[in-house]
Amino acid sequence: METKNQEEEEQLVTPWEVSAEKGGKIDYDKLIDKFGCQRLDQSLVDRVARLTGRPPHVFLRRGVFFAHRDFSDILDAYERGQKFYLYTGRGPSSEALHLGHLVPFMFTKYLQDAFKVPLVIQLTDDEKCMWKNLTVEESQRLARENAKDIIACGFDISRTFIFSDFDYVGGSFYKNMVKIAKCVTYNKVVGIFGFSGEDHIGKVSFPPVQAAPSFPSSFPHIFSSKDDLRCLIPCAIDQDPYFRMTRDVAPRIGYHKPALIESSFFPALQGETGKMSSSDPNSAIYVTDSGKDIKNKINKYAFSGGQDSVENHRKYGANLEVDIPIKYLGFFLEDDAELEHIRKEYGTGRMLTGEVKKRLIEVLTELVERHRRARAAVTEEMVDAFMAVRPLPNMFN
Amino acid sequence: MGYAKEQLLARLQELQIDFAQYEHPVVLTVEAQAKYVGHMKGALSKNLFLKDKKHRFYIVSALADMKVDLKVLSQRLGLGKGGLRMAPEEALGEILKVPLGCVTPFALVNDSARHVCLLLDQGFKSQECCFFHPLSNDMSVAINFRDLDKFLNSIGKTPAYVDLEANPPVGKDQPPDLAGLVPSDAVVLPDPSEKIASSQGLEKNHISVNNKPTATAAKAVKPSNASQKERSDSAVNLSSSFGDPEKLVEEILEKTTSIVLSEVKEENMEKYQEQLGTMVSNSIRKQLSLELKSILSMFKNTSYTEGFYAGTHRQPKRM
Repeated sequence: METKNQEEEEQLVTPWEVSAEKGGKIDYDKLIDKFGCQRLDQSLVDRVARLTGRPPHVFLRRGVFFAHRDFSDILDAYERGQKFYLYTGRGPSSEALHLGHLVPFMFTKYLQDAFKVPLVIQLTDDEKCMWKNLTVEESQRLARENAKDIIACGFDISRTFIFSDFDYVGGSFYKNMVKIAKCVTYNKVVGIFGFSGEDHIGKVSFPPVQAAPSFPSSFPHIFSSKDDLRCLIPCAIDQDPYFRMTRDVAPRIGYHKPALIESSFFPALQGETGKMSSSDPNSAIYVTDSGKDIKNKINKYAFSGGQDSVENHRKYGANLEVDIPIKYLGFFLEDDAELEHIRKEYGTGRMLTGEVKKRLIEVLTELVERHRRARAAVTEEMVDAFMAVRPLPNMFN
Repeated sequence: MGYAKEQLLARLQELQIDFAQYEHPVVLTVEAQAKYVGHMKGALSKNLFLKDKKHRFYIVSALADMKVDLKVLSQRLGLGKGGLRMAPEEALGEILKVPLGCVTPFALVNDSARHVCLLLDQGFKSQECCFFHPLSNDMSVAINFRDLDKFLNSIGKTPAYVDLEANPPVGKDQPPDLAGLVPSDAVVLPDPSEKIASSQGLEKNHISVNNKPTATAAKAVKPSNASQKERSDSAVNLSSSFGDPEKLVEEILEKTTSIVLSEVKEENMEKYQEQLGTMVSNSIRKQLSLELKSILSMFKNTSYTEGFYAGTHRQPKRM
């Protein structure tokens, strides 16, 4: 396990902090090297398409989900007829969700539909209560509010279980937490997560909570006799430390190691070096933004890789590496051919920033509108149903 | 109909709650009340009935001499600086079912008040007992805070005691400390004098509460029919159509036919000729796939939820 104490110059990626090397971008190759996970290469993407009988998700095609651990084992087992379940989660720290928050959920929904497998979603209200110093009630409230946006991503209620830690921890889940905790020394958590003598014991004992859902016996009401079931965890790469710890523990307590499929970070509107922050509403597009807000934010704040004058732009073309609208289109424009065309035209200067932004605004507005509509369909009863401790018959059909 | 004073008193007795009652002429203010019971054992309370911009209601019940700063309270609840104001008179009758000058925590016994948030002055805890009106102004009931809690618990409300003198800073790193108490449901009254915003950006909380699918009509807010006047039509159609196959089919056909009509035109007929059919089909697939999947997922989830609710609320078979 690596130590958290980085030299000032190096990039820093932990579950609580992400920063690039001074003024630069995150170096994902270095990250993969450092963390020790694998690159998700084209052959795996093609294999997914073959096994699921449908085109791979746009995030796979564009390399948004770019790293993994043991994903090929999951695919091998799947080919042999052995299913798996999905596990993802959210730390409900603020009411407003932005597009970056939706990325792992959009991908997880695709995985659920493509492989026809069940999903558990953990809302770590206890974590936010501890780290963000929220009251218990407030964090529970936020968890429920966030659940509505998550449900709006289109998960299948007949194979999805959403739970909040404050509600669900106990019973078999807690038994697994203790089994996990017994395998991780204090020194190890300090090493992985960088805790200090000043950190309260709540933080120190939290990692098993995020690890437990990786094991099917944590959900006896769903996976009653399937202790052998594998788990696949779609998450952003900064969550890797939690699951490195979990994978280390798994064989020692007789379970499969959970597999991971990891995404890169979603860039802030102001550019890769900018930080997306909930206190700056202009650093991201929120699911509550109106068409007007989206148009305004993209036009005014989206960092452009275009040249400063039309002549220069026609001459030199745009810098696609730093252009945010192009990056966002990479995430959300489904049509590969159209994206390629835009990249070519913009890169050579034939297309102007305004046109690219206009297309992006269309794409985002449609997405946000669809989400908002789905969100409006989510009632309190629906949240209760998703969060009810109930069996999921037909979860593999 | 709202609870009457006698029913309330009977309830308190049933719950074996200790209280003292004093009859007096009708009073509309704390000062007037003080004339009759001010010398008795017990602290007088002042009770404010408030509402926020999202039509959520609050009762703030405090010791009579406590200074309640609405601006501070508004911030602490996460409603911004001017988010709280006195509720209109009609709301008193509609929601609390009490007359003017009679706001009281006891009013929460009424079903119409189930979404009202009650904030109690921490100061009550240090008093032997406090005076509240029992749903009418011609009587005052003295009750200890523990007994009041017992009553509130019996009607399914969790008592929330607040230090009303506190003025904690609210900012980026200090979330509003009382935000957890804000009711998640909003009650919309047929209020012709107030214009409810029905803009494009539909308020997410309101839609999910005010236009519930029919299976959960039991929990629906009473004036939801009236509120449809103020809401834009699309809002009403939105959520009520999610569980309705006919409406959904209509919507799907509408979208499909509009694509067909827009693509089958002169220039395309010339361009594609026999291939026009293929081209239109591809167009439909491309434009509608995601949309239709989304609509049908919502339909499935809505149906499941309705079934789940019915299942969890079913009565055991009568033997």
